[in-house]
Amino acid sequence: MSEYWIVNGRLLDPASKTDRVVDVRIADGKIAEIAKPATRKGANNIDASGKWVIPGIVDIHVHLREPGQEYKEDIESGSKAAAAGGVTTMVAMPNTKPVLHNAELVKHVLRRGIEVGLARVLPSAAVTMDQKGERLTPFEELKTAGAVALTDDGNPVADPKLFRSALEYAKAFDLPVLTHAEELGLSCCGSMHEGAVSTELGLGGIPRVAEDVAVARDIMLAEYTGGWLHVCHVSTAGAVDLIRQAKARGVRVTGEGAPHHFALTHDAVRGYQTFAKMSPPLREEVDRVAVIEGLRDGTLDAIATDHAPHSSLEKDVAFDDAANGIIGLQTMLPLSLDLWRKEKMPLLDVIDRLTTGPARCLNLPYGQIKQGGVADIAIVDPNETWLFDASQILSKSHNSPFLGHTMTGRVVCTILEGKVVFTLTVS
Amino acid sequence: MSLAGQHFLGLRGVSADIIHAILDASEGFRDISRRTIKKVPTLRGRTVLNVFLENSTRTRISFELAAKRLSADGVNMSASGSSTSKGESLVDTAQTLDAMQADVIVIRHGQSGAPQVIAKHVKARVINAGDGRHEHPTQGLLDMLTMRQRFGHLEGLQVAIVGDVTHSRVARSNLIGLKTMGAQTRVFGPNTLMPRELAEVYGTTVCTSLRECLEGAHVVMTLRLQKERMTSGLLPELREYSRVYGLNSNAMKLARPDAIVMHPGPVNRGVEISAELMDGPQSVILDQVENGVAVRAALLYLILGGDES
Repeated sequence: MSEYWIVNGRLLDPASKTDRVVDVRIADGKIAEIAKPATRKGANNIDASGKWVIPGIVDIHVHLREPGQEYKEDIESGSKAAAAGGVTTMVAMPNTKPVLHNAELVKHVLRRGIEVGLARVLPSAAVTMDQKGERLTPFEELKTAGAVALTDDGNPVADPKLFRSALEYAKAFDLPVLTHAEELGLSCCGSMHEGAVSTELGLGGIPRVAEDVAVARDIMLAEYTGGWLHVCHVSTAGAVDLIRQAKARGVRVTGEGAPHHFALTHDAVRGYQTFAKMSPPLREEVDRVAVIEGLRDGTLDAIATDHAPHSSLEKDVAFDDAANGIIGLQTMLPLSLDLWRKEKMPLLDVIDRLTTGPARCLNLPYGQIKQGGVADIAIVDPNETWLFDASQILSKSHNSPFLGHTMTGRVVCTILEGKVVFTLTVS
Repeated sequence: MSLAGQHFLGLRGVSADIIHAILDASEGFRDISRRTIKKVPTLRGRTVLNVFLENSTRTRISFELAAKRLSADGVNMSASGSSTSKGESLVDTAQTLDAMQADVIVIRHGQSGAPQVIAKHVKARVINAGDGRHEHPTQGLLDMLTMRQRFGHLEGLQVAIVGDVTHSRVARSNLIGLKTMGAQTRVFGPNTLMPRELAEVYGTTVCTSLRECLEGAHVVMTLRLQKERMTSGLLPELREYSRVYGLNSNAMKLARPDAIVMHPGPVNRGVEISAELMDGPQSVILDQVENGVAVRAALLYLILGGDES
């Protein structure tokens, strides 16, 4: 099936601002032709009538747990979940065991992604050895091996001098530094957002300022060094504002928002729901709205899942003991479409934040449908409503606060470099 | 709704009728405790497991006595030497205990929400004997019983709570229960020990001075101050705490002349409350302890009583 047509689909391509019904010819893994609808012969053609044809989703924040924690997830199960969610490119976080901090480990993850072949797995690498915040990793070696970004993610670099060095040193190798912005001195020892619900539940709080202070620090260091900064999973109104102001000043900074941060608030924690525990935590309505406004005006360039699989060992415990994080690859698209459906964000802008936007953040050549470009495509039935329950989950872990929720909008087919890697079979 | 066959995890959501019913039953059990023969056969053959995964003396003994006075078989498990200290998970511990066919599991745990986790995994009824900073519902009940005994009613009482509210499950259960019963509460303490949005969450008044908090109060409750608040940077020193937030006979003059002083114990004499006030006529601290046994017996009775099959 080296050549076929996707027939009569509504092409939504934010990069070219295209929104019209077309036929798309795929050949040799590339977009060979975009043409007016016509009768197309071919046994392998895909009928996309009534469906949307969008660029494959680029999720720049995913924990695949391989190597080291394969009981939670591995590159195969994570790639299956990605394909079912319309995600064709994933940036894998480096907090594996061992941490991705040398060329061999980065190459291993790249190789495993290619072997599985269901999604493009692009490794990020650690900023510091073992993510301990003490000594920088070899950035040039990591870049050459295939790392697309640097991050210590959940173990943010506490030492401001070291973080300054990272931003400064990374410039030479054109690598973005991704920050999980958290001032640990302020967030310790909380387990949820500090507010009315933490007071009611008697749980230690993580105040907004723990994030705001860290975002401010990192932006100032990026501004001072001219480094390339990307702020992960922004959860507070204050952090959105800081990024907005920094962009207006011309700082090289981008930001991402996670579906759970624009879909839920700290109310979801009531009942000590460990599936609603993540870092940064679910916050308040004012923050939820601010994340949406940040995505709307482009302050936040990308939607990223922070897909973080954990087993019942980490989640079926007292709330304080529970690990942070939820899975998100399969619910990313329908939750994001709610931004269009309910929040009245323009549809092409929503698609941008899922595809072109994240690609722009890390300067990746994906996330668009253009002639001659790589054929990464998701075909979406925008009206399909479906129940997200355990039977749908392709990840090894089931830690989602959206279990039991009805979703609207569903990926029916995912194409990676011209190859169909997922087709929805409705039972 | 009755308590029969229910878990008892907190005072949030418990109606005034139910609280009245528990307090009424408690009076009867207090009378039994004052007899020479302090035992009734009500719960003969029933099994109560006291699982105390955080240090406790008075609450554990109180529950143990409550079960014994109802003729139930009580077994105690404490944190040190338990399987939990050998790495067993909370859920595994719960299921193991449940397999021993307990009728009631009384759980004290250092983490907020732990009894909820256990309740999800067991057939037995679960009573929360204090979880983290969340709730200590039987303490709230025994405090309300003590207030009701003294004033004859709870509705309209002015209750002042002074101290470290952030870390206090006792304060939370009292704030919830007292609001349900129509009492008014106000709180005062160091700003670093007041949780966010306290007034909104509990319908209480946060005061800015001891005077404002105590003036006209029927009840003044002071909370235990943990010494680790100094090392964790929340307070400078004990001496200053005692001077600004400590209760003494002089401060009590701000309250009503017939006001009572309460403390959930154990007391740091001379820190949150002066020795003379603690030992003086306004103190009902030992009544609280006595009422604790009665309230816990009433709760066991009401939870198991409607479940005779």
